[in-house]
Amino acid sequence: MTDLLYSEEEDALRAAVRDLLTDHCAAAGVITRTESDAPHDRALWKSLTEGMGLAGLLVPEELGGQGASHREAAVVLEELGRAVAPVPYLTSAVVATEALLACGDDELLGQLASGRTIGALAVGLHTGPDADFQAVRVENGTLHGELTGIADAAVADVLLVPAADGGLYAVAADAVTLTPQLSLDLTRPLATVRLEGAPGRRLGDAGPAVRRALRAAAGLLASEQLGVADWALTETVRYLKERRQFNRPVGGFQALKHRLAQLWLETVNLRAAARAAADALATGEDTDVTVAVAQAYAAPVAVHAAEEALQLHGGIGMTWEHPVHLYLKRAKADSIAYGTAGAHREALAARVGLQAP
Amino acid sequence: MTDAEELRSRTRDLLAAHPPATTDRLEFLRARFDAGLAWVHYPQGLGGLGAPRSLQGVVDAELEAAGAPDNDPRRIGIGLGMAAPTILKYGTEEQKRRFLRPLWTGEEVWCQLFSEPGAGSDLAALGTRAVREGGGDGGGAWVVNGQKVWTSSAHVARWAILIARTDPDVPKHRGITYFVCDMTDPGVEVRPLRQITGEAEFNEVFLTGVRIPDTRRLGEVGDGWRVAQTTLNNERVAIGGMALPREGGMIGPVAKAWRERPALRTHELHQRLLKLWVEAEVARFTGERLRQQLVAGQPGPEGAGMKLAFARLNQEISGLEVELLGEEGLLYDDWTMRRPELVDFTGRDAGYRYLRSKGNSIEGGTSEVLLNIVAERVLGLPAEPRTDKDVAWKDLAR
Repeated sequence: MTDLLYSEEEDALRAAVRDLLTDHCAAAGVITRTESDAPHDRALWKSLTEGMGLAGLLVPEELGGQGASHREAAVVLEELGRAVAPVPYLTSAVVATEALLACGDDELLGQLASGRTIGALAVGLHTGPDADFQAVRVENGTLHGELTGIADAAVADVLLVPAADGGLYAVAADAVTLTPQLSLDLTRPLATVRLEGAPGRRLGDAGPAVRRALRAAAGLLASEQLGVADWALTETVRYLKERRQFNRPVGGFQALKHRLAQLWLETVNLRAAARAAADALATGEDTDVTVAVAQAYAAPVAVHAAEEALQLHGGIGMTWEHPVHLYLKRAKADSIAYGTAGAHREALAARVGLQAP
Repeated sequence: MTDAEELRSRTRDLLAAHPPATTDRLEFLRARFDAGLAWVHYPQGLGGLGAPRSLQGVVDAELEAAGAPDNDPRRIGIGLGMAAPTILKYGTEEQKRRFLRPLWTGEEVWCQLFSEPGAGSDLAALGTRAVREGGGDGGGAWVVNGQKVWTSSAHVARWAILIARTDPDVPKHRGITYFVCDMTDPGVEVRPLRQITGEAEFNEVFLTGVRIPDTRRLGEVGDGWRVAQTTLNNERVAIGGMALPREGGMIGPVAKAWRERPALRTHELHQRLLKLWVEAEVARFTGERLRQQLVAGQPGPEGAGMKLAFARLNQEISGLEVELLGEEGLLYDDWTMRRPELVDFTGRDAGYRYLRSKGNSIEGGTSEVLLNIVAERVLGLPAEPRTDKDVAWKDLAR
């Protein structure tokens, strides 16, 4: 059976990422940044990638990556989720990288692995691994069309664009018109991408590349959701031990203790499901079912955790200055990203032989 | 000193000296115990070799491959899972030598005399009294009077682990002592307790003037609550920690019915089935992760959650199953009053599973108490107010 624990190396990786985020990704700064013209934290991205080499975890060493696996990338995503860090890790170092691995484009892979180039798959964030995706037209060798809901496109240097001829094309970001969309989750902003005769380089077939990328995304998103849920639980428990009403700590009321214990239970389950998905992506064993199980379970847990965190913080949880809203918005957006829980359950129904009536 | 290779070699020696095909079952089990291959993490001379617990699998695999008989662990679960670890930790050398071998071979079945009609979740409030015969301080015997309840296997048990009040003048946790009770004593009366499924898995046990020699006390006088924690911690691990293949639990029969009988399917049931299927699969991962932590020697607090999760899942899944069956769900397979030795979730119909699983959130600690335990011991939230903490047991309101 799958290895569901964290290795010593994975624990060390987590500690290093957490240290960096503790020092350079405080919640107040993230909130301020969401109101600026530059919602992404490029300095943090540089530390994570050029400093620690984390953009290349999924890329083989001979192509300039770390030759690690989805297990390590999952640990990084747990920590990024815990900090709602505004960096394009999932979109560039996982999704775009997986698409390039499917196409075998060594040069671009090396560039993405270094972190100096940021890639984005031009498929709407809501798209699950089994769903249809948008494609642009190919006319006279150039690309035409508009794509919406592209996460982290604002910081991308290269877009990977599916076209109606069945190909996946690499398009330079300065060859397209990019319009930011006002997003629910300001830490992972969306944009529309307009192509009007943009030149593209054909990387390979879009179908298998997009499916592979979105499956990895759905599986590893569970680890990000685990990080979100873990923060919500930990921070709420901490606050309720401190906050006093009726001359006693609010955390001593049994009605609240039971809700937090229930949340702990869900988080424990989510950890096992997220580890199973990361391990299944790394080994290739039973991957489709395990990823669908993890994503069908993860989304409601992360949302529940963030919603409980808000409610149990009381009035302060409703304010812009308290970070709980960042987690609520991330959790809710994540529940749509790469396929809803319902979409993943439908996919499972076919895969495990539990067909609809 | 003992590695996997050495265990394999000792197991082969055992098999060579006592070929399973021509050896009496009990004789083989006794020989296995004496060879230290019963539970390898137990000490030498007590069925083990002081080896790491994780190496038991090496022995079990060799024996299974050779077609050797096992000790039917499901039938003697209370002895193996609860009595044995407590005897090992708190028993005298003489007690360990007397009890562990026939416990492990299954020659002597054990039951547990803890809960009482007036002491359920608040077990430490128990009122069964043990009084020293003649009122002396050392040696001699104790005389026990009281009533215990929810005792599975009492009607087949030779021995019981028993907690009773020996000092009513101190607060409830401090006046309890732990004993081994002989179930064949004339003062022990066992009556079946019929439950909502129709059968009587449990018993009521009435103790009237039962005489227990002081040599059958486990641990110090007044230290029974601490001794009982060893027993109870092992119970929760046993209830929550079973290894399962995919669809190995209650979801199995529902998934089978769904696949084989398309006429029963509705859209609403489909949504519920898929949700529960996912939750069952995730609970299986959580159980597997817990086992991997134990093997790696890093036990986490996750065990406390497993029982909670399985109780709710079993109830929801079996409830769905009854509903899925429609007209058939209105029927029940057997209301006959029986006294089964085992709980059999898969050998009975959906209605039985639905009714029996209601007990999962009560037995071995209610879900409400377990949520308190998680909140206080895992999350560190403030404890419930304890108004009885410094009050002598005899002065508590009853």
